[in-house]
Amino acid sequence: MKLYEYLGKELFSKYDIPVPRGKLVERADQAGQVVDELGGVVIKSQVLSGKRGKAGGIGFASDFAEAEKEAARILDLEIDGLATEKLLIEEKIEIEQELYLAITIDGSAHRPLVLASLDGGMDVEDVAEDRMISWPVDVTLGMQGYMAREICRRMGVTGNLQKELVKFLPKLYRMFREQDAELAEINPLALTPDGLVAADAKVTIDDDALYRHQELPRITEKTALELKAEELDLAYVELEGDIAVMANGAGITMATLDMVKHYGGEPANFLDFGGGADLEKTSQSLELLLGTDPKVLLINIFGGITRCDVVAEAFVRVKDNKGIDLPVSFRLVGTNESEGRTILEKVGIKTFTSMDEAVRHAVELTGTV
Amino acid sequence: MPIYIDQNTRVVVQGITGRQGSFHTGQMIAYGTKIVGGVSPGKGGQSVEGVPVYNSTFEAVEHHSAEASILFMPAPFAKDAALEALDAGLKIIVLIPESIPLHDAMEIMAYARQKNAVVVGPNTFGLVSSGNSKIGIMPNRYFVPGPVGVVSRSGTLCYEIVGHLTENDIGTTTVVGLGGDRVVGLHFIDVLKKFEDDPATEAVVMVGEIGGSAEEEAAAHIASSMTKPVISYLAGKSAPPGKRMGHAGAIIERGRGTFESKAEALSKAGVKVADLPTAVPPLIKAVLADK
Repeated sequence: MKLYEYLGKELFSKYDIPVPRGKLVERADQAGQVVDELGGVVIKSQVLSGKRGKAGGIGFASDFAEAEKEAARILDLEIDGLATEKLLIEEKIEIEQELYLAITIDGSAHRPLVLASLDGGMDVEDVAEDRMISWPVDVTLGMQGYMAREICRRMGVTGNLQKELVKFLPKLYRMFREQDAELAEINPLALTPDGLVAADAKVTIDDDALYRHQELPRITEKTALELKAEELDLAYVELEGDIAVMANGAGITMATLDMVKHYGGEPANFLDFGGGADLEKTSQSLELLLGTDPKVLLINIFGGITRCDVVAEAFVRVKDNKGIDLPVSFRLVGTNESEGRTILEKVGIKTFTSMDEAVRHAVELTGTV
Repeated sequence: MPIYIDQNTRVVVQGITGRQGSFHTGQMIAYGTKIVGGVSPGKGGQSVEGVPVYNSTFEAVEHHSAEASILFMPAPFAKDAALEALDAGLKIIVLIPESIPLHDAMEIMAYARQKNAVVVGPNTFGLVSSGNSKIGIMPNRYFVPGPVGVVSRSGTLCYEIVGHLTENDIGTTTVVGLGGDRVVGLHFIDVLKKFEDDPATEAVVMVGEIGGSAEEEAAAHIASSMTKPVISYLAGKSAPPGKRMGHAGAIIERGRGTFESKAEALSKAGVKVADLPTAVPPLIKAVLADK
């Protein structure tokens, strides 16, 4: 779950990580009032997009009128297809130097990875590889003082900035660990006359750990349909095509979409209804797909813990209750395969044993409707 | 020569009294796995599929000198159980649950490193030494002995591909499921090294997918250190960026983890990338015939 900048900064404050003084507003006139309190300000759109700066989502103002005008402009902006609902208005800080600092998870090393660079304030992708220092941290050791000093040495940081960074790093690491973060990125990390200040905050919390962070608000980037699927505990992603796809298992569902494309079709979605789904969940998956009004329905079942007879029963139930009028291509193999086939034959549905044939048939069907 | 496990490996099932745990205990025994004990705190003294149930993993290890463990329990309880298994001295830990928090997984892996133990998963179907023993949830009938080693990030897709091999009378030595999460214990490279050293394995099938960099790292390893032929299939060619495709680890982020990057790295390393699952058996047949 990605956190808006202001929420990331609220977390930072809890960990004694300095952030600029600021206020969250939703209306342009409120922005004016903040200028009266803080003086020169930065006005930042609160959207979950990395393209915010380039899209004009950040503005500056030094008096009431200017702030109101800039705020109104940014509130009207659509960035990456996202509307701006909130603005973070912060005091302008005096920046002597801009750094980059992040902690992420290195899957290959199974460890948190500190990334630090003197080239802050630019796109992280544009930072030269040898200018980015990376340090994997053993979670059983945690962030020790020597690690912070060594990161500084490798960056070529000495003196006051080194002292500041050695104080700063353990706080960010502690937040990263305690909040189950996947990413905690500060770009730029600003050196000011008063020390280091997090001028930005990109924090992502591990979805699978949200159950132990009830205090955090829930933010979603999903579409209404994807949210409905989430409620049903289905892995679902909306796509642009016209062949609705339902399969069991993430890998095979991806492979089914790839195969649809391979044979010249366009998948309408990714839907993995998991292994061992019961009648209820399988029916709900089907109903969800039918609600998207596809041209053709492609079902690809390789039953391990998923039982073919249960899938077949679910299909018949939905057909009886809601009607399934569109052409269907059904592949059914695995546990209780013959029982499943018999159930489907009774309602006139022919099944394939080969995934390849079922996908080709589905693509052919799109040409007939 | 079996790798990781063989017909004598003594296995404990943690979470044996649950629906999944008891069902798969039966399936594993049917395949030939030596299940010596089960663990379910508070349910010691019962038995499941004829297997004695203990309150603690230590107790099961004391009674049966177990070597490996497989875990079935809801994700929030998996860290405690995995650390217990490692502390009790087990050397192979198979983590079936999905949705284990990343920070829990990192702590499990860190302790496993200290204990010199192998963690398979999380979010895996497990591993099988074909014809000998399986510690996992894969359907028994597709895993027949033969000359091909298989390593995969996903479950059902791996069964699909192993199924195609079996239909073509090509069996497997060992099949390992790495798991679909971002932090998993074993990576392609670990298993490729084992296959390279295993005299029974003549060729390898690697089933990858979008997200992360494990395939690219494997490609570099194959180019520098593998003499045995490797065939690959990669899922997710049509996946849009920024969307999680079912597996936590299957996501293209900031332009990294794309199908193209993986396919290119593998091709450069001399790995033939099959464009369809059905294309794997002919490619394997060709490399086996070349030997």
